[in-house]
Amino acid sequence: MLHIDLADHARHGSSRVHRLDPRVKVIATLLFILTASLLPSGAWLSFVFLFLATLVVASQTGLGITYALRRSFVALPFALAAITLPFTVPGPAIAQFGPLTLSADGTIRFLSLLIKSWLSVQIALMMTATTAFADLLWALRELRVPRPLISIVSFMYRYMFVLADESLRLTRARASRSAAGAGRTGGGLIWRGKVAGGLVGNLALRAFERSERVYNAMLARGFQGELKTLTPPALTDTDRNTLVGWVTFLAMVGLMGFIF
Amino acid sequence: MPFDHRSAPVESQLSDKEIVMRHFIDLYLHIPDGFLSTPIALVGWVIMVVLVAAALRQTRGQLGDKQVPLMGVLAAFIFAAQAINFPVAGGTSGHLLGGTLAAIILGPWAAVLIMTSVVAVQAFIFQDGGLLALGFNVVNMGILTAFTGHLTYQLLKRLLGEGRISVLIAGAVGAWLSVMVGAVATAIELALSGASPLGVALPAMAGVHILIGLGEALITVGALAFIYATRRDLLNIGEAAPGKAGAGWVAVGLGIALAAAVFSPLASGDPDGLNRVAADLGFDGRALDPVYEIFSGYSIPFITEGNVSKIVAVGVGTFVVFGIAFFAARLQKRASA
Repeated sequence: MLHIDLADHARHGSSRVHRLDPRVKVIATLLFILTASLLPSGAWLSFVFLFLATLVVASQTGLGITYALRRSFVALPFALAAITLPFTVPGPAIAQFGPLTLSADGTIRFLSLLIKSWLSVQIALMMTATTAFADLLWALRELRVPRPLISIVSFMYRYMFVLADESLRLTRARASRSAAGAGRTGGGLIWRGKVAGGLVGNLALRAFERSERVYNAMLARGFQGELKTLTPPALTDTDRNTLVGWVTFLAMVGLMGFIF
Repeated sequence: MPFDHRSAPVESQLSDKEIVMRHFIDLYLHIPDGFLSTPIALVGWVIMVVLVAAALRQTRGQLGDKQVPLMGVLAAFIFAAQAINFPVAGGTSGHLLGGTLAAIILGPWAAVLIMTSVVAVQAFIFQDGGLLALGFNVVNMGILTAFTGHLTYQLLKRLLGEGRISVLIAGAVGAWLSVMVGAVATAIELALSGASPLGVALPAMAGVHILIGLGEALITVGALAFIYATRRDLLNIGEAAPGKAGAGWVAVGLGIALAAAVFSPLASGDPDGLNRVAADLGFDGRALDPVYEIFSGYSIPFITEGNVSKIVAVGVGTFVVFGIAFFAARLQKRASA
């Protein structure tokens, strides 16, 4: 069983959000997450405005308002890491569970943290869903991420699915040569780990040899160490106005959070 | 658009519930956005940018124009290898993080690039780990694991001598230790951000990862045994990788930073919440001294008047930002025209 979801997470479409310049989308997403991160604990009004903003964006993506909402709980398991906050942050007590005291300040900080995380995941999900990965990489390159790194990641993206298929074939082969009953697995834990390790080693060699073949094929086609790309199109007025509006909105939400 | 390799739209075959469950399994080191305070997250970005730039320079010198295809395909390999799992107990399964394996095969700097690509793709496509938190996610899962694994492996191999057993033992210890270092670093970052007291986060993260690290060690050993039996020559590439002296200094620096981060909250002597819990639970005698906050409660001191001045402040601030954004956009337009 593969535990990675190998579907392309970009949903094709021609909505207003899809048509925005990928650079604008990347910057807007990062600024939104930065704003959420900077807000103090308990800035409920600002959180509400940010949530409304995610709803407005969602309604413009053409994917349905609940698209990001339904998937936005992916970060929640991590809340376990902060679960002790309500009990450890000093503050007026609001409830008593046996020997543990629930403090108001701790609870506020815990809830704020969850909300920030939840809002950030939603906006990131919508960016991913409305931008093809190639466009995302292109935007990151235009935003001065080093070119070799972008080239490496774009290569990774091409071969990720090929190698995931290889690992599927390897695990299917393992499954077909091993007998297993319902809920029962054979062999000791160490043996199972060693078998999985063998598959990984096998996959490593296949990947290594594939990279040699790929490199030779690239050389044969005249590769000189640099991937050729086109010059970027200028931002349209829509892109520009959207960005200005978005930045202004976020600044307002941020100021509200600090002042009220 | 310049890259023309869009894959056909494939609808996800996993239900939403399965996607959420996947994140339960992968809970461990991917910090989502919101859990790190902004200053801490930015520190992570700075460390990542500096070390990834160094890694790009080092591997460029080592590999030349082979850098892109080799690093790219091997990053895809680590991504796919993380999908190969084996049942452990109670429905949980062990699988690979991969930093140590990559560092043993290709040297620490190449491993930094490979793991950075993997973690970045997980954040941007799969929302495994946040974007603002990406800096420290790369540091924890890529940079720290690569250098810890590499140095432990080299040191143990020098102590144990040549041979299959020494390679396997060195790989196992390196893999286990690299996961532990990543987990401890994650706990420290969460504590510095005020998301979890160090006295809770450290034992919890370290405790869970003692076991996860064993899984990592098992798979790394299995992979090394396979490569040792079939392509022993590959295991020498990492040792021949240049920039090893530089790697030593980076590791020393990261080690000092880690130690300082662990001891500074302990030394701060700030009485705090965990002590209260400890007292509540009756074991305050042996409590550590954890919650360490850089920004405890934001306040803007000079604003103390009524709501009117607040509204005016919001209005003025918004207007100023709008103006700056608008003129920045105009300037950019003129420059690109």
